[in-house]
Amino acid sequence: MKVSNQGHEILQKQHDLISGFVASESKKIQMLTIVVVLLAISLVLDVSIGPGNFSFSTVLDVLMNRESHGIKLEVIIWDYRLPIAVTAVIVGAMLGISGALMQTLLNNPLAEPFTLGVSSAASFGAALAIVTGIGFVANVGSLLVTLNAFIFALVTCGLLLLLMRIKGVGTQAIILFGIAIFFAFNAMLAMMEYGASETQLQRIVFWMLGSLNRASWMQIFWGTSLLAIIMPFCMMRTWRLTALRLGEESALSMGVDLARLRIEILICISLLAATAVAFVGTIGFVGLVGPHIARLLVGENQRYFIPLSALLGALMLSVTSIVSKALTPGIIYPIGIITALIGVPVFLAIIIRHSKEQNL
Amino acid sequence: MSLSVSNLTVSYGSHVVLDQLSIEGLHRGSFTALLGPNAAGKSTLFKSIAGLIPVHSGDVFLGDKNLRTCAKKERAREVIYLPQAFYSSLALSVFESVLVSLKQNVSWRVKSSDVHQVAQVLELLNIAHLAEKNISELSGGQKQLVALARILVVNPKIILLDEPTSALDLHHQLSILTIIKKLTIERGFITVAALHDVNLAAKFCGQIMLLDKGEIQTQGNASDVLAMPLLGEAYKVETSLERSREGQLYLDAKLLENSNLAMA
Repeated sequence: MKVSNQGHEILQKQHDLISGFVASESKKIQMLTIVVVLLAISLVLDVSIGPGNFSFSTVLDVLMNRESHGIKLEVIIWDYRLPIAVTAVIVGAMLGISGALMQTLLNNPLAEPFTLGVSSAASFGAALAIVTGIGFVANVGSLLVTLNAFIFALVTCGLLLLLMRIKGVGTQAIILFGIAIFFAFNAMLAMMEYGASETQLQRIVFWMLGSLNRASWMQIFWGTSLLAIIMPFCMMRTWRLTALRLGEESALSMGVDLARLRIEILICISLLAATAVAFVGTIGFVGLVGPHIARLLVGENQRYFIPLSALLGALMLSVTSIVSKALTPGIIYPIGIITALIGVPVFLAIIIRHSKEQNL
Repeated sequence: MSLSVSNLTVSYGSHVVLDQLSIEGLHRGSFTALLGPNAAGKSTLFKSIAGLIPVHSGDVFLGDKNLRTCAKKERAREVIYLPQAFYSSLALSVFESVLVSLKQNVSWRVKSSDVHQVAQVLELLNIAHLAEKNISELSGGQKQLVALARILVVNPKIILLDEPTSALDLHHQLSILTIIKKLTIERGFITVAALHDVNLAAKFCGQIMLLDKGEIQTQGNASDVLAMPLLGEAYKVETSLERSREGQLYLDAKLLENSNLAMA
């Protein structure tokens, strides 16, 4: 009788454990859902704000039915505002995922495309195209700047990848290499700026500030396609990435092919970061803060951490897009400035609150 | 079924760490201590048995199966290596970190059988109350228990523990080793632990292997190995074998008279 009571007690305890786990999983899914809803609201708000404010419901009407409020509104919303708002979401998601993946891969919460020199390489590529017209691809006209930025970012990621292939090179060395790249390209960029004409200088500075105004449906098509391929690819690797968070040797001992996983993920990071920078210029901070907040909300189980980093990155950039228009009516500030301006205080507040909670 | 190693050679560049090393059959249910001075190659030996590092030559057999020619995933189910330094700060719950050991496929979903298995192991090790806590919030002893849970949930045949007691106080050293010994016998694991404390090794492990100069210098019954002068030579100390009032053999050691106190 005693044995069966004990058995019953153990079963009850196991049942409690399982329900606890299921509850924590559904809490995380709730978190993802909340951010999706916030993102949808932010997207519509982004479309409705701008010169000649339209009401939220009018915008929703036009989004549901293009011709419901006449050709003028259709053009403004569908051809001008919506591409910008959607680009903010897509680029934000790209920056969020690439930051999260970089942080996991390099085991460093400060890693992101910006801190590892990818963005500076892209800026240099763009400046090179603006000042000298030199690019990797000929006869592409206005696309030259974008393509150059993309290719320079990709080449930098390739260098990081090559370094990773060298035996015995640890993640610390890769981070230091990234920082060296950052300074090297910044120096070359300064050199380029020094020799540039006034108009060229203006174009370089504007490109570097980060702007959504170059948004187009073509960009959205490419960006969405890339995300549609990379997101499931990464999601299939989330358990292996979580194993990596438990330490390289632990992951290897679990049978994870670490060398292969690293290369696969770095290729994803390269494509995402290079595309994001080529689309909108240098936007720092989103790749750093998105994953950081995601970590605080759902922890480091990568199956929630990666999608939430993507959603938070998207939400951040979408909100930034709204603020950049709402700050001074009639003026759209470059988005790169706004991300840092609202990102920094929010980030600091979160860090201070979190460390206070930990010390309690 | 037993674990044996024959003529294993591992080198880092031109530096040969393990030189034609062989281990005789370690049977299921046996708990063996791997002793040896710092930098003798204990971790290297473990990593090469687990397939974590490339091996120059030699074979690792589990029964008739040559682990060296096994696929990575298959080998990971047979051998688990628990590294020396265990993660310090990580925002991952105890439950999740144990679950990870079971989930190395592409599926995003978690099967209910996996969840049940994790719950059973946490209950078995009496750490069910820690399930929702983050790893970073745990004490050293609790972290080691979680590491053990991660091994148990996979239920391998060979367990290689790299200094499992190094960060623990005396109470936790004794309790972790007691648990490991009990589970080794009950589940029939082949357990090898690299230990620094010779007397702790003799107390818990039936067998001791001494690794020095890239080779296993001796392998045998704990009390026999303890009595060998080889042990003192390997550690560059003077040893004398004593017997406690309970009849337990223990090794008393002191520095050699001419030994250099600088960390040579």
